[in-house]
Amino acid sequence: MKKLMTGNEAIARGAYEAGCLVAAAYPGTPSTEILENVSTYPEIYSEWSTNEKVAVEVAAGASIAGARSMAAMKHVGLNVAADPLFSFAYEGVNGGCVIITADEPGMHSSQTEQDNRLYAQAAKIAMVEPSDSQECKDFMKAAFDISEKFDTVVLFKVTTRICHSKGAVELLDREEVGIKEYTKNIKKYIMVPAHSRVKHIEMETERIPALREFSNTTEMNRIEWNDRKIGIVTSGASYVHAKEVFGDTVSYLKVGFSWPLPDQKMKEFTAGVEKVYVIEENEPYMENFMKAMGIECTGKEIFSVCGEISPQIIREVMLGEKPEEGYSLDITAPNRPPALCAGCPHRGIFYAMGKHKNKINVTTDIGCYTLGAMAPLNIGDTSICMGAGISAGIGFDKANRMAGRDKKVFGVVGDSTFFHSGMTGLVDAVYNKSNMAVVILDNRITAMTGHQENPGTGKSVSGVESPQVDLIALVKAIGIKEENLRVVDPYDMEANYEAVKAAIATDEPFVIITKQPCALLKDVQKRRANLYCQVNQELCRKCKTCLRIGCPAISMKDNVVSMDITMCNGCQVCLQVCPFHAIEAFGEEVK
Amino acid sequence: MNKRILMVGVGGQGTILVSKILTEGLLEEGYDVKMSEIHGMAQRGGSVTTQIIFGDKVYSPTINKGEADILVSFEKVEALRYIPMLKKGGTLIVNEEEIWPLPVLSGLEEYPLGIMEGIKDTLENVISVNAREIAEELGEPRSANIVMFGLMVKALGLDKIDWISKIKKFLPPKVHEVNVNAFEKGLSL
Repeated sequence: MKKLMTGNEAIARGAYEAGCLVAAAYPGTPSTEILENVSTYPEIYSEWSTNEKVAVEVAAGASIAGARSMAAMKHVGLNVAADPLFSFAYEGVNGGCVIITADEPGMHSSQTEQDNRLYAQAAKIAMVEPSDSQECKDFMKAAFDISEKFDTVVLFKVTTRICHSKGAVELLDREEVGIKEYTKNIKKYIMVPAHSRVKHIEMETERIPALREFSNTTEMNRIEWNDRKIGIVTSGASYVHAKEVFGDTVSYLKVGFSWPLPDQKMKEFTAGVEKVYVIEENEPYMENFMKAMGIECTGKEIFSVCGEISPQIIREVMLGEKPEEGYSLDITAPNRPPALCAGCPHRGIFYAMGKHKNKINVTTDIGCYTLGAMAPLNIGDTSICMGAGISAGIGFDKANRMAGRDKKVFGVVGDSTFFHSGMTGLVDAVYNKSNMAVVILDNRITAMTGHQENPGTGKSVSGVESPQVDLIALVKAIGIKEENLRVVDPYDMEANYEAVKAAIATDEPFVIITKQPCALLKDVQKRRANLYCQVNQELCRKCKTCLRIGCPAISMKDNVVSMDITMCNGCQVCLQVCPFHAIEAFGEEVK
Repeated sequence: MNKRILMVGVGGQGTILVSKILTEGLLEEGYDVKMSEIHGMAQRGGSVTTQIIFGDKVYSPTINKGEADILVSFEKVEALRYIPMLKKGGTLIVNEEEIWPLPVLSGLEEYPLGIMEGIKDTLENVISVNAREIAEELGEPRSANIVMFGLMVKALGLDKIDWISKIKKFLPPKVHEVNVNAFEKGLSL
C-alpha cells in the first residue's frame, strides 16, 4: 500500500517496521512530529524526555539492555546530547540504536544552521542521509541493521525540507526482532580510561575500516551513469533539487551513507566524468574530503554555505540562468512576523517588566516568549539557547555590578525549558548567591513547537496521566526563600506590577512563577470562548496605551481603536492598562 | 508536464487541511505528488506556505520564482507578497479577506491600499472572492478554506476526482454538510 507521508511520518514508520521498541525525544522544529508519530504505534514505548541528552541516554540504555531504540531531536538539540553521543560511540550497541538529527538550512525556526554531519565525523559514528520520504523509511530500517552489524550508534541526518515534505511511501509490515540477550561486559559499557583506550584503537582498526568498506559497496551510495561531461556528487535534499534541474542529462554519485564517506566510489566516479560538482547544503563536508584526496571539484566556490539549496540556485550558479521573470507589483507588502497570540499569558508580565525598562536587563530563552523581544513589548536583551535565560543572567548580573550599573537582571524561561535545562541554572543562581530574578512562565504546555506534554503537564506523550512535577515545591527546594517567591496570575496586572517591583527591591535570588495555561489550548479556548473586551468609544481618548501591549486583537483603523472579538479571549490585560477605563469586558466562562 | 501549486496564507486559516485533501486525491488518481510545507512559527500569526507539485514524476518538492501554475492566496497581502512566484500567464486565486499583521496593528507599518486594483491591472488571470463572507453565508466562517479549495479544483480542471469523500475523511462528521456545501459553492463560482 502506498501512502503520502512527510519525512517525519516515514521515519516513524521505518522505526515501527524495523521492530524498534524504545523511542525518546525532546520537541524541536522540524523534528517534533517524529516522536508524535512513533507514539501512535503501541508496540513502541515512547517518551518526551526532559531534554535531548536525557533522550539519547534513554535510547543508549535501552540499546545496551538489548532493545532496538531511537532518539530524535532538532540539530541544536544534538549539542545538548553530544556528551552521551561521544561516549556511546565508543561503547557501541547491543540492540540497534539510531539518533535522528533534524537540521535547519535556512533557519525557518532555529537560532543556527549548523551542519550536524560534522558530528558523525567527530564522534566517528555511521551516518545516513535520506533524500525523500520513501528513503526516510527505508534508511531507518537499514540504519538499525547497520547499527547492529557494525556495533555502532547511527546518526540519521535529515533537514526541514525532508522532514516537512510529503511523498509517496510503500508501507510494509512490522518485523518483530525481540530483545537481545544482555551480558554484563564492563570493558564495553563502562567507559573509564583503561577501557576507552582499548575501545578507541578497536574503532580505528576494526569498526571504521569495516564501515568504510560498507560505504564503498552499499547501494545507499549509488552511481547513476548518464552523459559523462558533468558529474554531480550530492546528498539529502540537494539530490532531488539537482535531479529536478538536470534529470538524466548528467551523472550522479548520490551519497546516502555519508560517514565514513565512500572514498573508492568517489575516486571511481570522479575519474569517469569530465567536470565534478559537489552540491551539498551548508558546510563543504564531502567537498573537503574529496579535495583532501586530491580530487578536483567545484562546490562552495559557487554555492553558498548559508541557507537552503533549491533548483533555482543550482540553475543560477551552474548554468548562469536567471530566475523566471514572474510578476511584480509596485506595492510593498507589510511584514508578517510571528507574534504573541491574543490572550497569551506572557503579555501581562512582560508589560509590567517594561514599566522598568531603563532599570532592567532581560536574558530570555527559547520559546514563544522570545517573541516578547519584538516591538512593541521589547522585553529581552539576549537569547542564546535552552536554559541560558537563567544562566546567562547570572553572568550578566556579575558584569553589571562590576561596571557599577544600577540594573536588575531578569531571566525569563518557560516551564518546559525550565525542566529542560533551566533548573541547573537556578541551582547555580542560589548556590552562587546571584542577585538576579527569574521569571518562570508556566503555561502548562510546550507551546512553541505546537503543544507537547512535559513533566509539568500531568500527561505523557500518549496522553496517559503522569505525576506532575510541583514547580513551586521544586523552586523552594532549590533554595528560593518564601519571601523571594511570587506566584502570580499573569492576567492580573496588579499582581504582575507588585511581583516585578518586589524582585527589583531584593538583593537575593528571586523567582516569579506566572500560572496561566496557553491561550491556544483546546480546553482554554472552549472555556474562554464567550469572553471578550470592547472599546467604549465615548470614553476612548486614542492615547494608544492598549496598542503598546502588542495584542493582535487590538487595532486602530481610521483613528478608531477596536477589538477583533473573534480573536479576543477576554484576558483583560488591555482593560487594566487603559488609563481612561474605556475598555469593558463581556461574556461568561463556559463551564 | 508537472503542475505546481503554491498556497499561501496566515497561520490558522486551514491551508494545511486543504493540502492534505488535495494531495490525497491526486495520489489516488495515480499522480506522483510531492508537497512541502513551511510552518515554523505559523501558529503565532506568521505566514504559511505550502507547495504542491504533481505529474508523472516529481523530484524536488520546491517551487521556484516565476514557476507556480496556480497561486492560491488565502489573504490579500499574502497574494501581493508571493506574486513573483507565479509564472507568466498563471492563475491567481485570491481570498479578499484582510488579516492585519502586528506591525500594522501597532501602527508601525501600513496595510497597503489598492492591492486588488494593482493585481488586476498586472495579471491576466485573477479569480477573486471573499471566501470568508461566502462561508459565513453558508453558516460556518471557518469553511472559507474549503470554498477556496472548490475554486482551486475548478481552476485545475480536477473536478472529476471524488473530492467529497476526501473532505469527509479529514473532517469530523458534524461539519460534513457545511463543508460539502462550501466545496460545491467554490466549484460553482
